[in-house]
Amino acid sequence: MTIKSEEVEKIAFLARLRVAEDNRGKLTEDLSQILDFVDQMKAVDTRNVTPLSNPLEMHQILRPDTVTEENQRDRLQAVAPATELGLFLVPKVIE
Amino acid sequence: MAWEVVIGLEVHVQLATRSKIFSGASTAFGASPNTQACAVDLAMPGMLPVFNEEALRMAVKFGLAIGAEISERSVFDRKNYFYPDLPKGYQISQLDHPTVKAGSIDIHLADGTGKTIGVTRAHLEEDAGKSLHEDFHGMTGIDLNRAGTPLLEIVSEPDLRSAKEAVAYLKKLHSIVTYLGISDGDMSQGSMRCDCNVSLRPKGQAEFGTRTEIKNVNSFKFVEKAINTEIERQTDILEDDGKITQETRLYDADKDETRSMRSKEFANDYRYFPDPDLLPVVIDQAYIEAVKSTLPELPEAKLKRFKEQYGLSDYDAEILSSSRQQADYFEAAASAAGDAKLAANWVMGDLAKNLNQQNLEISESPVPAEHLGLLISRIKDKTISGKIAKDVFTAMWNGEGSPDNIIESKGLKQVTDSGAIEAIVDQVLADNPKQVEQYRAADEAKRGKMVGFFVGQTMKASKGKANPQQVNQILKQKLS
Repeated sequence: MTIKSEEVEKIAFLARLRVAEDNRGKLTEDLSQILDFVDQMKAVDTRNVTPLSNPLEMHQILRPDTVTEENQRDRLQAVAPATELGLFLVPKVIE
Repeated sequence: MAWEVVIGLEVHVQLATRSKIFSGASTAFGASPNTQACAVDLAMPGMLPVFNEEALRMAVKFGLAIGAEISERSVFDRKNYFYPDLPKGYQISQLDHPTVKAGSIDIHLADGTGKTIGVTRAHLEEDAGKSLHEDFHGMTGIDLNRAGTPLLEIVSEPDLRSAKEAVAYLKKLHSIVTYLGISDGDMSQGSMRCDCNVSLRPKGQAEFGTRTEIKNVNSFKFVEKAINTEIERQTDILEDDGKITQETRLYDADKDETRSMRSKEFANDYRYFPDPDLLPVVIDQAYIEAVKSTLPELPEAKLKRFKEQYGLSDYDAEILSSSRQQADYFEAAASAAGDAKLAANWVMGDLAKNLNQQNLEISESPVPAEHLGLLISRIKDKTISGKIAKDVFTAMWNGEGSPDNIIESKGLKQVTDSGAIEAIVDQVLADNPKQVEQYRAADEAKRGKMVGFFVGQTMKASKGKANPQQVNQILKQKLS
């Protein structure tokens, strides 16, 4: 087993995912297998290979610095559960 | 025990682009909440970021200005964390391949010494929105206008050894970014925000001590106070054989203390990975050279030139070169005056005093540089005395026009006609026979002081316009 149940719990917390208690064992096993496979791949010598940051053999296209977006607050906020004075309202984040 | 302070700064500089780093929404300050937050900034499904070419150019400019190596290939990464003012759940930043690599910045200290501070790197990233914690029925208000504003995070080496050095570094950084025009540098609007890493170690020890990070300090004054307060706190703990906890702290300016931010669990586990929505940014030497050719004269070069070309002192050159507006004003005044030293005195003296009193920037000065220069030239060619010049300056400040017009219309021209001065002197002597008698009876040693009375009376009678040197000379002749 490459990773432990507690690590799965920690990663789930960081990703804000709820993992059911009875599913954690299976998930730990699956993730471990993926990581074992990664370990296998590590055997390949990659010293002369540039790390891949994107699978496309292309470069980033640049955008001119001009304002192209208009104010669409009303439309964008129409789907928000709560707004006030133009602000999005969310559950309080500090006590 | 003697402790050595070790400080490194992470400074976030808001870049002065018109639109955001990855979207076409405006970055203008002070707009009504969420009116400048488009679908990309809000992380609506299916939206893709497109990189702003001006943000790249500004980062490259900065890199060149500090003699840094520029990456021909830089990569954007996702820094993952959850907070409501970060709609995507990650901040787009640069981890392993920042646009600007190592460079350095020279600082000058009040005692006349200088130091070179290493800059580890500077990377591009997007700003988050703002959370408003005032009471919205127990909820938090989110304004995403700032989300996606381009930031350049400039990371220094732990080369700073005191709060004063940290402030000098920050001021130099401020002057570089404003010279380059890549940021307005307005700290009150958050255009420059500073995180300070502070640690202590016994003098002579090579390893660093445990550091704390003071987050988000937003003025030169507070950076100095926050660091000194933190140094005191750490010294007290270490002197009592205590241990420093590595943590993030907040500076409370009202209480002048730093406070631990409740350490969030797993707070520093950002799980960076390359952002698949953005391709590597590739630039070539020709691009870098083209940007280089647009660099203005930078503060350090200007400071040196001011000393060499105008013979200014270190102090004067440092002050006058600290902002581009101030430097330009000074040079225009010096050229119109034909005397750099006098121009420096006026710019840093009467002009600065008046600007400060009314809280104006030099660019807002009601007295144009050419007029100040002209005024100085009128002192030099003896049209007016230095004392009258102050009155003319006040009139210029109040919008009464050019110095020549004011001198003319108020009849302030200095009287240098010795016949005219002699007539006034004769009158003064005739009006004060007793003082003349006392003067003639006095010892040579006392006469020097006594002549001041007659000079004063003569200047008064001439309404300040008589040439003081001539008055002195004529008085001495007449009284002997």
